[in-house]
Amino acid sequence: MSLAAAPRPAEAAVGADPAIRVAGVEKSYGTVHVLRGVDLEVARGSIHALLGANGAGKTTLIRILTTLAHADAGTAEVDGVDVARDPQRVRRAISLTGQFAAVDERLTGRENLALVARLRHLRGPAAVASAALERFGLTDAADRPVAGYSGGMRRRLDIAMSLVGDPRVVFLDEPTTGLDPEARQEVWSAVRELAAGGTTVLLTTQYLEEAEQLADRIAILHRGRILVDDTLPALKKLLPRAQVEYVEKQPSLEDVFFALTGEREPEREHEPERGPEPEPEPENTEKESDS
Amino acid sequence: MSTALADTATLTRRSMTHILRSPDTIITTALMPIAFLLLFVFVFGGAIDTGAGVGADGYVDYLLPGILLITVASGVSYTAYRLFLDVQGGMVERLRSMPIARSSILWAHVLTSLAANLVAVALVIGVALLLGFRSGAGVGAWFAVAGLVALFTLALTWLAVIPGLTAKSVDAAGAFSYPLIFLPFLSSAFVPTDSMPGPVRWFAENQPVTAIVDAIRALLAGEPVGAELGLALAWMAGILVVAAGVATVLWRRRTR
Repeated sequence: MSLAAAPRPAEAAVGADPAIRVAGVEKSYGTVHVLRGVDLEVARGSIHALLGANGAGKTTLIRILTTLAHADAGTAEVDGVDVARDPQRVRRAISLTGQFAAVDERLTGRENLALVARLRHLRGPAAVASAALERFGLTDAADRPVAGYSGGMRRRLDIAMSLVGDPRVVFLDEPTTGLDPEARQEVWSAVRELAAGGTTVLLTTQYLEEAEQLADRIAILHRGRILVDDTLPALKKLLPRAQVEYVEKQPSLEDVFFALTGEREPEREHEPERGPEPEPEPENTEKESDS
Repeated sequence: MSTALADTATLTRRSMTHILRSPDTIITTALMPIAFLLLFVFVFGGAIDTGAGVGADGYVDYLLPGILLITVASGVSYTAYRLFLDVQGGMVERLRSMPIARSSILWAHVLTSLAANLVAVALVIGVALLLGFRSGAGVGAWFAVAGLVALFTLALTWLAVIPGLTAKSVDAAGAFSYPLIFLPFLSSAFVPTDSMPGPVRWFAENQPVTAIVDAIRALLAGEPVGAELGLALAWMAGILVVAAGVATVLWRRRTR
């Protein structure tokens, strides 16, 4: 029902026991039909990106999978458990990192982590907090109130809090929206860190580049349906060849940023000195038509 | 269920930490009622005849119960504010996606409100003692007063949960407490109701604050409490049940 746009040749890659299985999920808010029959499977231990424009329904799907909303129709399973039937068991297997860093500003980083450890009824919350701080490079800032953290540090703490108790499936809803490029790099390495430990990650993003950087598979959600769901190389084959060559390689605002700050070499520059203004626009229009 | 108590304790500890880190919220809560106390005792008090003897000493005894209710009414706005911040900041969503007893999230805010307001009330009573407040009440009567103030705090706190969950801005979250702070002025808290003109008097005599103030005043004066105690309890229990009911429905409705 949602496969009209593209075939799914790599279907066999998903194991018999996926970490997430979504079938025919529909959801309306009032008269707005947000999800119109979503099918999706996420293999255990993989990073799966859900790419889509604002309003495509990404957050709604995440809310259903994390037991914060009920689907109107269809079924959703996380870690083999139906989210509607046994939400509390699902909550034991998952963690959610929402669109805005949900950290307690008035507590320190250490206290935030210990709070989550206590709520997950772990033994030795203090030790759990210390280990998480170490893992995410927050030890130096551990005992400062989070109110003084930078955007990237907040996000790192946010993700670290999500990992307390080693949930098997982690949902990241637009983890880098609103972050500057450096902070985005920090988050990306945190996500890679996560997947390296065998955790399944479903992340939503508006940025094609983010999906490219992180994901084993990319699903494109558009107007409440999954248009395609495949690996990056397979998706690239779906694109008309002629276009891939040049248009996509224009420096993005981000490349310009890195060129100016000298932190990373941009891949190519057409107008070396003054080219930042016109660049974002083709990228934006491209994003909308993509997703 | 088994984790509900532990989760509530963990989350209460969290919001109590907020208050201990910024005790100004308690001081601000106590400041306005103390200002009212000073104003009424030293400025208006000499001209107000409560029938209980003219003069500052008599009036502070008359005034205190209403001031205590004003303290709680302004204090609960912080509960709405803190809950609003948790909703806006995504903390509520994070907690609701975790394997904890969901009711513990609201209960932590309610218990914190109870503790913070009782501290603020104690501060105000301390200032009243300095201003000459004296009570002939026995231990039992004091416990009864504490119980009434605690019940009043619980009722208004659950009322505060409603804007905390639904407000669209910080200002809106706290604004509901203004009419609550004003209500004691249209009651027997500052002057006897029989000095008021017809419709105002009717309102004053039939609104909850008058019954609660009269009950607390009688207890503090060591006098026998009559029908006003039952009326006060009925009002507060009614407000508590309705407010907690509406808040619970709103809370459950978040999962949609």
